[in-house]
Amino acid sequence: MTEIVFYILAAAAVVGAALCVLQRSPIASALWLMTTMFSLACIFVLLGAQLIGILQVLVYVGAVLVLFLFVVMLLNLSHEGSDLRGPWGVGAAVVVIGLLAVELFGLWQYTPARLAREVAQAPQLADPRLAFPAALSMHAVATPNVVEDLAAPLFQTYLIPFEVTSVLLLAAAVGAVVLAKRRI
Amino acid sequence: MTAPIIGLVWVVVALPLLGAVLNGLIAVLRPQAKSAVSVIGPGVLVGAFIMAAAVVVGLAGLPPDAPQVVRIWPWLVAGRLDVDIAFLVDRLSAVMLLVVTGIGSLIHIFSIGYMRSDEGYARYFAYLNLFVVFMLVLVLGSNMPVVFIGWEGVGLASYLLIGFWFSDEQNAAAGKKAFLVNRIGDFGFLVAMFLVWNHVGALDFSTVLGAPWVPGGALVTAVTLFLFLGCAGKSAQIPLYVWLPDAMAGPTPVSALIHAATMVTAGVYLVARTGLLFAAAPLSSAVVAGIGALTALFAATIGLRQYDIKKVLAYSTVSQLGYMFVGVGAGAYAAGIFHLVTHAFFKALLFLGAGSVIHAMHHAYHATHSHDDAQDMRNMGGLRRYLPVTWVLMWIATLAIAGVPPFSGFFSKDEILGAAFARGAAGQPIYYVFYAMLVVAAFITAYYMARLMAMTFHGASRATAAEREQLHEAPWSMTGPLIVLGIGSAVAGVLNLPTLVGGHAWLEHWLEPVTGIATRLSGFRPVAGNHEAVLVGLAVLVGVAGLIAGFRATTARALVPAREAAPDTGLARLVYHKFYVDELYERFIVRPIVTFSRVFLWRIFDQGVVDGVAVNGSARLFRGIGWLGSRLQSGQVGLYIVVFVVGAIWILRTILG
Amino acid sequence: MPPAAPIAPLLGPALGLSAVLFTLGVAGVLLRRNAIVLFMCIELMLNAVNLAFIALAQLQGVGGQIMVFFVMTVAAAEAAVGLAIILAIFRHNQSVDLQNVNLLHG
Repeated sequence: MTEIVFYILAAAAVVGAALCVLQRSPIASALWLMTTMFSLACIFVLLGAQLIGILQVLVYVGAVLVLFLFVVMLLNLSHEGSDLRGPWGVGAAVVVIGLLAVELFGLWQYTPARLAREVAQAPQLADPRLAFPAALSMHAVATPNVVEDLAAPLFQTYLIPFEVTSVLLLAAAVGAVVLAKRRI
Repeated sequence: MTAPIIGLVWVVVALPLLGAVLNGLIAVLRPQAKSAVSVIGPGVLVGAFIMAAAVVVGLAGLPPDAPQVVRIWPWLVAGRLDVDIAFLVDRLSAVMLLVVTGIGSLIHIFSIGYMRSDEGYARYFAYLNLFVVFMLVLVLGSNMPVVFIGWEGVGLASYLLIGFWFSDEQNAAAGKKAFLVNRIGDFGFLVAMFLVWNHVGALDFSTVLGAPWVPGGALVTAVTLFLFLGCAGKSAQIPLYVWLPDAMAGPTPVSALIHAATMVTAGVYLVARTGLLFAAAPLSSAVVAGIGALTALFAATIGLRQYDIKKVLAYSTVSQLGYMFVGVGAGAYAAGIFHLVTHAFFKALLFLGAGSVIHAMHHAYHATHSHDDAQDMRNMGGLRRYLPVTWVLMWIATLAIAGVPPFSGFFSKDEILGAAFARGAAGQPIYYVFYAMLVVAAFITAYYMARLMAMTFHGASRATAAEREQLHEAPWSMTGPLIVLGIGSAVAGVLNLPTLVGGHAWLEHWLEPVTGIATRLSGFRPVAGNHEAVLVGLAVLVGVAGLIAGFRATTARALVPAREAAPDTGLARLVYHKFYVDELYERFIVRPIVTFSRVFLWRIFDQGVVDGVAVNGSARLFRGIGWLGSRLQSGQVGLYIVVFVVGAIWILRTILG
Repeated sequence: MPPAAPIAPLLGPALGLSAVLFTLGVAGVLLRRNAIVLFMCIELMLNAVNLAFIALAQLQGVGGQIMVFFVMTVAAAEAAVGLAIILAIFRHNQSVDLQNVNLLHG
């Protein structure tokens, strides 16, 4: 059942992403992107990250995309004609995208067993205890206590990065004002 | 051990250098300050002469076989190369020192009167002082590079003075010709130096001459032949003599000092200096003597039909230099140097006398606004009435050069003739040929000198009456040096009075420590006394016969001024045009080189290869690379992103393996 | 915990979906010239990466989710600043077409 839902959502996400890329109108693009993000939010929930799923809806759909739409409408962009690149640009893009797709194709094949094997083979790089010191055991993940499990490491182990993020957001807000304002 | 005075030999060089600098400054800043120049120019030379005399006296008090090397400062130190600015004071350079400063002083004094009215008076003395500086460096250098400095320096001074009146294009061209022809010789000198360096690993004369050269070996022969090429350039020997007659374009005292008495004898000096090498290379010595004999005869022949008084003397100089080379080529280095000394006296006297004549003629033409050639002997005649002192002194010099006893030229020329004959007698018959050529040349020498005297001073005057009124003897500053030189020309023979007439061959003994070994090595043996007497008698006979024949032949027919004279015909025309050697050089050497340079070196190599490929080509290459780079920097974010993604894919590939 | 039981059965498909979305995002970035659409595609790529983090967090612990949290923060900041820049560019030359933005050309 979960898998069927996943695949439906996945299809919606892919269609949304493709149309977002291909639609001529920025408004349409933004709306199709919204579809993808909603789908992704649902997939996040399916994958056991309920809090992130909610944040996805709040931050991306609620804030970022609204900001996009806001800017598009503010600028009153017309969309006569394609804004695709010229033949050389499209050719190069197709080649590059093909390479990337081939490169990333292998990701389909991942199973937990294979991942565990690869992690075991490259302990220095992928040891979760090194990469994420506060990582919990698989058992803990299996029985999620949604907000607590995320909040505890965030406000303990990752407190300083968390605070730095707030500074980053402040800087971004100030920067956006400075850039966008006509006269300061 | 060194006498302290010898350590001060640098003063001899420094004094003229000071003069050159001061006169140069005056020439630039205050060209009208002629009185100061008149004091400084000759003054430094007289000072240098006194200093040189003191040095020579100091040297005479030392044991004869101890050459004194005075190191001034280290110059080139690189790897094995270690060259000092150092002066070699030995008996050979002492002789040259006295000749250069002594004759130089007299000619400087003469120049006061001769050049006084010239605009470039200060410039003239600056050049002349500079010449003396380099000439002294040349004769004093204790290693080949220092000699080469002097060698090139005198070439420079010569160039500057030949083209002294550079506003006349002909004079500038003559200077250029001298410079270029000398380059050929300098090339020989350089190659010789390279060979010596390669073989010996040192360049100072004591090491080079003491190196174990294989007698008659190919290497020493090559070195000496290249050295002689240098000497032939500087001393105007066949085939490089062509610049010297043209060099007469310079002021007459310059011709006397540089192109007769000192610079052109540098080649003879260099051969004598490296006598040990030449002695070890019999082939080169024979070449030296052969070229010398050929030049002596050839140049004398050309001198027969010249009308320009200085041209006659120029070819005479070339011819006399040939004599000197026969002397040093035959191994009689002392005889060569002896002739160098006496020749310096009488040829300087001849040139200065000619200068006096030209001065008088020029003055007369100037006063009467005539545009005739003041140097053409056809316009002269009968000048003995107007220039009596000059006339007497010129006769002394003429007798000296013709080899009439007891004048100086007789002794020195006779020694060279004797040396050539002696080498023939010592088993090298080719030297008999050289001897015969020299005897013929001696006759011709006497002939053209008598012709010169007859055309200039005797017979009826071919000047107009108005011009004749203006003719007069030169001032004392000019005749004074002439008289000193006249005395020298007359009595310089006593320097090396042969034992045959009861002398002690003093100069030969003096030079013995320097050239004696080379002379003995070369296989030179003096002829026996009774043979010598016969040879001397023959030489005197030839000289006197030449004089009489020349005088008779010239005075026998009436002469007409140059503008009325018919052009020469036949053989005379050929000789007058110097056997068309200049034209041959022009046709077969100069023009092919110019064409080659213009077509290949300039058009193809310089413009095509150097400019086109190397300079512009490399510029174009890098501009192309830069263009490619700037295409990448299009500012188009799209392109940047493509590159960025390609890089990201590459990294992904690396990580995923 | 039974080791044979598949803990995260959707790992492979989720990573694959992530790859597809990422590739689509790259395609958009490469193909479009509209700066705003370009930004959207960047957001799409970030989301794809987020999905990979979430998928792996099933196995490797909650650290992946925390990473996503930070990514979202940065993405929000980036969107704010980026859109402000686009606004400034538009004000400068009345277009958001990146072809007209080449002040960095060499």
